[in-house]
Amino acid sequence: MAGTPLLEVHGLDAFYGDFQALFGVSLRVGQGQVVAVLGANGAGKSTLLKSIAGLMASPREAICLDGEAIGSLRASDVVGRGIALVPEGRRLFPSLSVEENLLIGGQLGRPGPWTLARIYELFPVLEERRSQPSMSLSGGQQQMVAISRALMSNPKLLLCDEISLGLAPIIIKDIYARLPTITAEGISLVIVEQDIVQALTAAQHVYCLQEGRMVLEGTPTTLTREAISAAYFGV
Amino acid sequence: MSAPAIRIEHATRSSRAGLVLFAVVFVVLVAAPWWGGRQHLRLLAEIYAFVALASLWNLLAGYAGLVSVGQQAYVGLGAYLLFALAMLVGVPALWTIPIIGIVAALVSIPVAALIFRLRGHYFAIGTWVVAEVFRLLASQVSVLGGGSGISLPVGIVLAIAQGRQMREFVIYWLALALLVAILALVVWLLRSRYGLALTAIRDNELAARSNGIDVGRVKLVVYVLTAAGTAMVGALIFLQKLRISPDTAFSVTDWTAIVIFITVIGGIGRLEGPIIGAIVFFVLRELLADYGTVYLLTLGVVAIAVMLKAPQGIWGLIAGRFGWQLFPLERRVVYLGGEQPAKCA
Amino acid sequence: MVPLMEWVNIILQGALLGGLYAMFAAGLSLIFGVMRLVNIAHGDLIVLAAYLSLLATDAFGLGPMTSLLVVVPLMAVIGYTLQRGILNQTLGPDLLPPLLVTFGLSIIIQNGLLELFTADSRRLQAGAVEVASLHVADGLSIGVLPLLQFVTAIAVIAVLQLVFYRTALGRAFRATSDDQDVAQLMGLDNRHVFGLAMALSLAVVAIAGIFLAVRTNFDPAIGPARLIFGFEAVIIGGLGSMWGTLAGGIILGVAQAIGAQLDPGWQLLAGHIAFLIILAIKPDGLFPKVQ
Repeated sequence: MAGTPLLEVHGLDAFYGDFQALFGVSLRVGQGQVVAVLGANGAGKSTLLKSIAGLMASPREAICLDGEAIGSLRASDVVGRGIALVPEGRRLFPSLSVEENLLIGGQLGRPGPWTLARIYELFPVLEERRSQPSMSLSGGQQQMVAISRALMSNPKLLLCDEISLGLAPIIIKDIYARLPTITAEGISLVIVEQDIVQALTAAQHVYCLQEGRMVLEGTPTTLTREAISAAYFGV
Repeated sequence: MSAPAIRIEHATRSSRAGLVLFAVVFVVLVAAPWWGGRQHLRLLAEIYAFVALASLWNLLAGYAGLVSVGQQAYVGLGAYLLFALAMLVGVPALWTIPIIGIVAALVSIPVAALIFRLRGHYFAIGTWVVAEVFRLLASQVSVLGGGSGISLPVGIVLAIAQGRQMREFVIYWLALALLVAILALVVWLLRSRYGLALTAIRDNELAARSNGIDVGRVKLVVYVLTAAGTAMVGALIFLQKLRISPDTAFSVTDWTAIVIFITVIGGIGRLEGPIIGAIVFFVLRELLADYGTVYLLTLGVVAIAVMLKAPQGIWGLIAGRFGWQLFPLERRVVYLGGEQPAKCA
Repeated sequence: MVPLMEWVNIILQGALLGGLYAMFAAGLSLIFGVMRLVNIAHGDLIVLAAYLSLLATDAFGLGPMTSLLVVVPLMAVIGYTLQRGILNQTLGPDLLPPLLVTFGLSIIIQNGLLELFTADSRRLQAGAVEVASLHVADGLSIGVLPLLQFVTAIAVIAVLQLVFYRTALGRAFRATSDDQDVAQLMGLDNRHVFGLAMALSLAVVAIAGIFLAVRTNFDPAIGPARLIFGFEAVIIGGLGSMWGTLAGGIILGVAQAIGAQLDPGWQLLAGHIAFLIILAIKPDGLFPKVQ
């Protein structure tokens, strides 16, 4: 990877009270790159994404975006710099309609390609459901809203936490099929997944987390299945 | 492997020292009529009343999570019952106190049935509404002076004991006895199985519920006991004031705001807290005695500052630094022989 | 026997008074909806607004209604500052800190006003409008001031409803109320959002405070009772429902008016009893918001 990467995480520790969840984790994401972070339940994947997004306190220098240290920024400021998170479990706003959920995603008004019209082009079903309460949608449609809501902030980097969780395989395939449209706009992706197959097909670079430590990294072609399984299950 | 014989021990080294300290202080305080003047006795009795009220509120809010801002309902109820029983029924003044405890407990049950429907903050204001209802009802009772209040007839006061000095001593000892009884009740309650349940509820109400603790019943027991204690303290306060009116008996500032501030400043959820807090309050009040309500303003500012900067209160800071505990409330398992279970990693 | 027309009159006056209670309630309901905070100092802030309008009318010779132009923005600024400076630090899973801190504020405001303005009763003079009334039928007339107050209450609630459901600010309020963490991921700084909610709440408090000051005598100690009336209107109407709050205020006002007719000492008691009865039979209020 030449030049400054879009995102650089360096030696990141994270804590929940006295419990340490991440130990010196490092990660790089290049411009327009798709990176997958794999690992078992509780390996620290979500914690890593939350730290990057600013929901958890981090040292300033531990996280850099475009060479600028952003580790100590609050979540509400991190979005303004161009990092959006699709949280685990989708977490739509139940009091808001589908369209209101999207509008709130774009409320900072960062310029970029993503507008309501573009979103409805990407996920036409959302336009049909625009004025419905967000929680009345099916799981797959809710996930589309969650991704779109994050896109509305016109991020440079989109963090996706377990976007396949609880969805039927055909719907997962459908959602993953839209990802190239998103990356075509120059957006980098970090995908956290338990679904290894899906992640390996989408990603150009793979990291494996185990008990809060980065234990493996490489490209999907150079990493063997066995190596990933070993990292995954810790055997 | 035989089951190890165990015993639960409550006392710690500092709580044993605390017990000795309490015994010494208690003896000194019992003897106060011989070393203090009338002013001292009055001030001490007032301090006892506030420590008692704060300890009861602490039990209610700090342990049972029932944050009430309407405890003046029971202070006023106790006060009015004292006047009613003594003036209208002819019960000797001192004998009204236990009756008042029972009546207040009975009254608090239907009240709880109603306001337990409100959650959290809304419960708090609900208790206040109840206190307002009590106050307005009291001002409707014309035989007790209606809205303007009434004084306790001299005959009833004289019947308490022979001679003015002896009366003052008796009331002083009664105030001290009631405080000790209330502190003992709280310690006993916290050491009983209710205490464990309360700790569990305080730490995590949902988990306590799923572990089979009848949370509603535990809270009701605490609410009713607190009401009884608060009413008895209220009666004693107004036995000293000798004059009652709805506004003084049901004063939210005197019987709730100050009591809450005392508890929070001293340390909520700790038995020592109310004692420390009461000392702070009385020092402030005596220092600022010449400046009207400035002491109240100051108390409010101090309470806010403590809540924001040191929510565990003054005693919490001390206990945290030195590991002190004056009351024997800890639970430690002591193995009396047999096989010690292996430590889990 | 009180003639029928007189009863109609009593109920009407009660309903109009209910508009004032609805205004007390609206600000309370708004901040509870956004940040689950019950502001014990709410009533004292209403009284503070009343004194500020008194100062504005005395110092600048403004009329009570024009003093709104000064007092409303001033109270909004106080609200934002209070929230950012103190109240935001108290928000969390534990309900004691916000309760205690707003209780402390209540005592501070009450005693501060007492030191500054003494315990004397004050009143805001509104001039001719105070006694003006509209003749409706024989034995039935409506005071212009109570009517103005009721119409204002409806307008305030309509505007709040509009803000809440039709504007970006309302969207931010609802989103933050739903899920604070995710709202932050949308670039919403919850500290700022809560500050705005408190500012809006105290803007409503300012309006309520001025109407209170014109309608009745006030002194530094009457705040807590206003808090209780507002609280009762919220619970009677049903949590989270703005129009329900108006209904709650009207029910409370009518109950008080009927009580006062039966016996002057029963005015407040009748209101509290109406509240307790509704709590006993419909704990979720009359118009609970369907989730």
